[in-house]
Amino acid sequence: MSTRDLFTFSNRHFSIGVGVTAAILIVTAIAGFVVLPFAQPWVQFAGVWDAICSAAGLPQRAPKVIAPEQGKRLSEVVLTSGTLSRPSQEAIGRGATLAQRCAICHGPTGISRADSPNLAGQYAAVIYKELHDFRSGARTNAVMSPFAVNLADEEIADLSNYYAYLPRLPAYHPTPQLPKPNIVIYGAPMRGIAPCGSCHGSLDNKTGSPWLEGQSEAYMKAQLKAFASDERHNDISQQMRNIARAMSPQEIEAAAAYYASQPPDIVKAVD
Amino acid sequence: MLVNRKLILAHFWLAFGVFGVALTLGAWQMFIRSPIGTWLSNPELYYRSLTAHGTVMGYVFPTLVAMGFGYAIAESALEQRLVGVRWAWTGFWLIVVGSVMAVIPIALGRASVLYTFYPPLIGNLFYYLGVVLVVVGSWIWVALMSINLRVWRKAHPGAPVPLAMFANVAGSYLWAWTAVGAALELLLQIIPVAAGLKNTIDAGLARIFFSWTLHAIVYFWLMPTYIAYYTIVPRAIGGRVYSDAMARISFILFLVVAMPIGMHHTFADPQVGAGFKFIHSAFTALVALPTLLTVFTICASVEIAARLRGGRGMFGWIRALPWDNPMMLALAFSFVMLGFGGAGGLINMSYQLDTTIHNTQWITGHFHLIFGGAIVIMYFAIAYDLWPHLTGRELVDIRLIRTQLWLWFIGMIVTTFPWHWVGILGMPRRMAYFDFSDPAIAPQALSVTFSVIGGFILLASGIMFIIILARGMRAPQADAGAYRFALAVHQPTTVPVALNTHALWVALMIALTITNYGYPILNLATAAGTSVPAVYVGAQ
Repeated sequence: MSTRDLFTFSNRHFSIGVGVTAAILIVTAIAGFVVLPFAQPWVQFAGVWDAICSAAGLPQRAPKVIAPEQGKRLSEVVLTSGTLSRPSQEAIGRGATLAQRCAICHGPTGISRADSPNLAGQYAAVIYKELHDFRSGARTNAVMSPFAVNLADEEIADLSNYYAYLPRLPAYHPTPQLPKPNIVIYGAPMRGIAPCGSCHGSLDNKTGSPWLEGQSEAYMKAQLKAFASDERHNDISQQMRNIARAMSPQEIEAAAAYYASQPPDIVKAVD
Repeated sequence: MLVNRKLILAHFWLAFGVFGVALTLGAWQMFIRSPIGTWLSNPELYYRSLTAHGTVMGYVFPTLVAMGFGYAIAESALEQRLVGVRWAWTGFWLIVVGSVMAVIPIALGRASVLYTFYPPLIGNLFYYLGVVLVVVGSWIWVALMSINLRVWRKAHPGAPVPLAMFANVAGSYLWAWTAVGAALELLLQIIPVAAGLKNTIDAGLARIFFSWTLHAIVYFWLMPTYIAYYTIVPRAIGGRVYSDAMARISFILFLVVAMPIGMHHTFADPQVGAGFKFIHSAFTALVALPTLLTVFTICASVEIAARLRGGRGMFGWIRALPWDNPMMLALAFSFVMLGFGGAGGLINMSYQLDTTIHNTQWITGHFHLIFGGAIVIMYFAIAYDLWPHLTGRELVDIRLIRTQLWLWFIGMIVTTFPWHWVGILGMPRRMAYFDFSDPAIAPQALSVTFSVIGGFILLASGIMFIIILARGMRAPQADAGAYRFALAVHQPTTVPVALNTHALWVALMIALTITNYGYPILNLATAAGTSVPAVYVGAQ
């Protein structure tokens, strides 16, 4: 007997094998695409074909649903690996020239003497995102917004690359290093707070999250409070706002004091 | 007729060597995230280790065991020299090179993506290329199994293919087809991104491709175990296979229904329609069929052995079984673990019940019990059974072998039962650490501590296993005779062509893949706006 005799309905094994498989498939398909969709009283279908399309996973436009009005501008920055990869020396040089206007607050070496963020050695993606947000109005600040509003895309990229290129220097007034508080290392699982350290350094660093070691304590506290009160809202999907709202005042103090006391040279290097 | 013993031994030693390393990493992972370990403060190291553990245990170890055992079956069951020995060595070296190529980026922390890849997470290109080489190496084995059977058929026209080889080739075809899903994911989705040609990825589509591989791969891992149930155990305990036809039906059923069921891994994924999830769920239920057939046939085969040994009564024969025989012990342990694991699997495949345990430690417990327990304990048994024939030396440490099997069984139960339990309590899987001082999860600390003890029992058992095999290489020489497989009560003289060839069942497997995967893949591939930016490991 050759395979030619196998693939014919006169062969019992073939007809039973194919028949049973097809029957199971048809029965499960009818159950999955017709019976079960209609068994859900909370879902309304226009007809059988509508139910089949829904069960097949065909994307459908929801009718008569108006997107909620968005009162505030949200961040529109998309970061991909290609956004800021491999800056040229010229780009960094242009950034250095542009950065002269930033030095009044952020310091001539990127280390602030005025409770503004230290930018020396900050991840390029972070500066890139914040400048874009200041420019678009997703983040506002009486001092920063006017500086950002006239920047071109290339200038933002150059500034980001310049500050990322600078060496990470100690803070202007270094304080003794504090031990890690629970909020940084464990978060607060009962209140849905992930550990600060899982994105901002000490445990791990994630794309778009700044490292915080040696930053101004006053600045970090102010930002957490701004997130909590919705005054700052350029975090995607409210990830920082949800955390800041759930944090206790003591936790905000502890996290800010801890990060301010850390030397920035422990920050994980970027490739 | 085992001629190419070096080839088979090379596969087994590499398999068990990497298994030992991955087992050690696994025990360390359990310890470090438990209440008795001190937290590392660096989750990246944990995920590095987890990626290495999964990649070795999922791709390298079982593939090498299936390949080595497959070559042994091809030579001894067909009683002919292996055709394509040079190709077999090429396949072996591809796996060696692929494994090294994959492990280096993992060790450097450039590919902590876990063995399931998790796009849009993207690691170093060489990790993926290494995995591809391992798969290509194993495809050479698939081709060789098919060619060797063809050569034998030419020399024995119309004769029934020996059961071991029939099952072995079924397993190789299942692997060839199921690996296509991950291959498509790697080649079309991940590698272009890892190589820097693209920087967005369709994570939903990639997950569907991976589910194509991820469930049937388990049945590929299972094949050597089932072959051992049918063709080694009855012979080793002095019995006969109850039914040759039932065995063949079980293997072809695996071929047909193991494949189109992978979407029960994506029940929580929004990109798949509920109708397809239901079909996959229903077909997953069908996969219990060949396992139930196997349990029935093997219990009947074992009963034959017991009655031949003078066992009497409805259940009294159980006492007459050769319980001091390692093969008997391994089979019993394997069945117990398969029973518990299979029962848990019925919960995973049920759309509604799955929601309670989805992505919890229950799942980790489930697949360790099935794979690490029921399957791997039979890998040990296969190695013990083949070793004297491969080395030409006797394995003298029978007591040690029994202890090793007992420890593996106890260790696996102590590890996985608490995992199932904390999973029901809601403990998520793939977490680098837990704060057990938190009142919300403090009650789970005791269960987790028990499972760590189980992990160390497993480690001890794994070390014993490697010591036994290594000592077996230096034991005094002894002729073990020809390697034989179990005979059936009614040894077949003619077999219907459908049960003697794979073509019909491979065709059904491919047809069901098209019906159950075709539309979801096409739908996602053609939908616009489904890609997201890739997240590169280690990038800030």
